[in-house]
Amino acid sequence: MSDVVDHGRRRLLTAATVGTGAIGVAFAAVPFLASWQPSARAKALGAPVEVDASKLEAGQMLKVVWRGQAVFVVRRVKGVIDQLGNHDAMLADPKSDDSTQPDYIKSSGAARARNPEYWVGLAVCTHLGCSPLGAFEANNSFQVAGADLGANWPGGFYCPCHGSKYDISGRVFKSMPAPKNLTVPPYAFASGARIVIGVDDAPKTV
Amino acid sequence: MAAAPESADSSKGGGLLGWIDQRFPLTSLWKEHVAEYYAPKNFNFWYYFGSLALLILVNQLVTGIFLTMHYKPSSAEAFSSVEYIMRDVDWGWLIRYLHSTGASAFFIVVYLHMFRALLYGSHRKPRELIWIFGCLIFLLLMAEGFMGYVLPWGNMSYWGAQVIVSLFGSLPVIGQGLVEWIRGDYYIADATLNRFFALHVAALPLALVFLVIAHVMALHEVGSNNPDGIEIKKYKDAEGHPLDGIPFHPYYTVKDLVGVAGFLLLFCGVIFFAPTFGGLFLESPNFEPANALQTPPHIAPVWYFTPYYAMLRAVPSFAGTQVWGVLVMGASIVVLFFVPWLDRSPVRSIRYRGPIYKVMLAIFVLSFIALAICGKRGMFGYFCRKLDRHALRSLISPAP
Repeated sequence: MSDVVDHGRRRLLTAATVGTGAIGVAFAAVPFLASWQPSARAKALGAPVEVDASKLEAGQMLKVVWRGQAVFVVRRVKGVIDQLGNHDAMLADPKSDDSTQPDYIKSSGAARARNPEYWVGLAVCTHLGCSPLGAFEANNSFQVAGADLGANWPGGFYCPCHGSKYDISGRVFKSMPAPKNLTVPPYAFASGARIVIGVDDAPKTV
Repeated sequence: MAAAPESADSSKGGGLLGWIDQRFPLTSLWKEHVAEYYAPKNFNFWYYFGSLALLILVNQLVTGIFLTMHYKPSSAEAFSSVEYIMRDVDWGWLIRYLHSTGASAFFIVVYLHMFRALLYGSHRKPRELIWIFGCLIFLLLMAEGFMGYVLPWGNMSYWGAQVIVSLFGSLPVIGQGLVEWIRGDYYIADATLNRFFALHVAALPLALVFLVIAHVMALHEVGSNNPDGIEIKKYKDAEGHPLDGIPFHPYYTVKDLVGVAGFLLLFCGVIFFAPTFGGLFLESPNFEPANALQTPPHIAPVWYFTPYYAMLRAVPSFAGTQVWGVLVMGASIVVLFFVPWLDRSPVRSIRYRGPIYKVMLAIFVLSFIALAICGKRGMFGYFCRKLDRHALRSLISPAP
C-alpha cells in the first residue's frame, strides 16, 4: 500500500459524501416544511356553505363565512343592474381579465354573477386582504355614500385600510392600491335563491 | 506526548477558579471581553444604546418566559388568557407591560444605535460584518415584533397578520401557495397563531441570541469605533494596550450603569403611567378580540413599522400586481446591508465630514420620521392623502 495520498480521489469521495448528505437533508426537511400546509382538519372545515338569499330585501347585503373568509351576497335592484355597464371607462379591469373568478362569472360581463340580481364575492380586498365595506345606499341607488368618497362615487364597495374602491360588481376603479377586482368564489344556485358557495355545480339533492 | 491538564499550563492559578480555568477558558473569556477589552476613552452619550439593547433583550427573554407560563396559544383562548394575565395573575400586568413596553423600547434603542453607527462611521471597514450582523438582528427583531403583536389575538393583531402575510401573496406564481403555507389554513387561523407562537418564543429568540453573540464577538475582534472615527490600536503602550483605550471594566461597566439608570427612569415612567403610550405602543383596536368579519376602520401597525408601511401603501398597483410596494419596502431594508460599501469617503466620523454627508443624514432622518407619521395616520388625513395619493403616485405614473 502506497503512502501517497490520492487527492483527486479524496476530493471526489468528499464531494460525493457531501452531495449524498445534502440530498438526505433535503428529504429530511420535507416533513417539517409539509407540516405547515393546511391540515386535514383545516381542509375539511373548508367545505362548501349554503346561504338562503331569498330573505334579502332588494338593496340589502349579507356576509357569510366560507373558509373563514367573509363572502358578500348583495341583492341588486333592476335600476342598478341596468347601469352596470355605464362606468367601464373608470374601471381598472372592466372585463375582469386580470381578476380571479370562475369562467362562468367572467363571461357574464359587467354583472359578474350567475344571476344578475344576486352578486356574490369575497369580502377580501385584493390589495392586502382587508374586508371592504358596502358603500352604497340602502335603496342601492348608486348615489353618493359619504362625502369622503367624492361626488362622482357611483356606489359599491370601499376598503377602509388603504382606500380602494370597487363598484357594485366588485370591479376596482382606476388608480387604486388594489390591483384586481374582488375575487368571486365558485358558487351555484341550488334552488330559487339558495346559493351554495364553494362548488361550481349545484348538488343534485337539496 | 499526552500531558495531564495540571502540567499543561501551570500559569493558571489554583483553587476552584484554577480548576475551572484548566477545563474551561473562564478567566481568559472574562479578560478578553470585559476586564481587558480596551475601548476608546472618548465614548459619548450615543454609546449607551448598545448596552441598553442588551439589557432590553434580557428583559424580553425573562418577561417572555414568565408570560408563556400563563398564555394560551390558541385562537379560542389567546385573547382571554392575556386579559387573565392582566387582571387575575399576581403582578401579571407588570410582567406584560414590561414585555410590551420593552418591545417598543427595543426599537427606539436599536434605531438610535444604528443612527450612532451612521454618525461616526461605525459600519465602515473593518467593521462591515458587525454592521451586517446588526442588520440581521434588526430583521429578526422585526419578525419577532410582528409575531409578538399577533399573539394577544386582538382585532389589530388579526388584521395586522392578515396584511403582512398577504404581502407574500403578491409574489408572482408562488404567492398564493406560499401564503397558504405560512397560514396553514385558508385564512389567519388557529394554526397561524400556534406557529407564530412557536417562532416567537423559541426559534427567533434562539437565533437572536446567537446573532447578538456574533455581533459582540465581531466587535471585540476589531475593536470599538469612537466619535472621532480614529483607530486606537495604532498607538500602543509598552504592554501592548492602546494608549487611547481604557478597559471596558470597570470604566464602561460603571458608565453604562448610569445609562441604565436613566433608561429605567423613562422606561418605568411609561410602564406605570402610560403603558399604551396613547395608542402608540398598544393600539386600541387590540383591546377587542380578533374578528375575521370586522376590519378595524383604520389599520395601522405599531409605530416602529410605520415608515415601512407608508412605503408599502404609497406605491400603487401596476401591471396587474401590487408587488411593487412590497419590493420598495423590502429594498429599503436590503439597502442597509450595502451601506458599508455605498459610503466611500475616506473619513469615518461626521465630525470631520463635509456638509453633503450632514445634509444627507438629516434628510434620511426626516424622511424616516415623515414616513412614520404618514404610516400611522389614516387614509383621510389631508397631508397623507397628498403624499400617498398624489405626490408619490405621480412619480410612478403620469397624472390623470
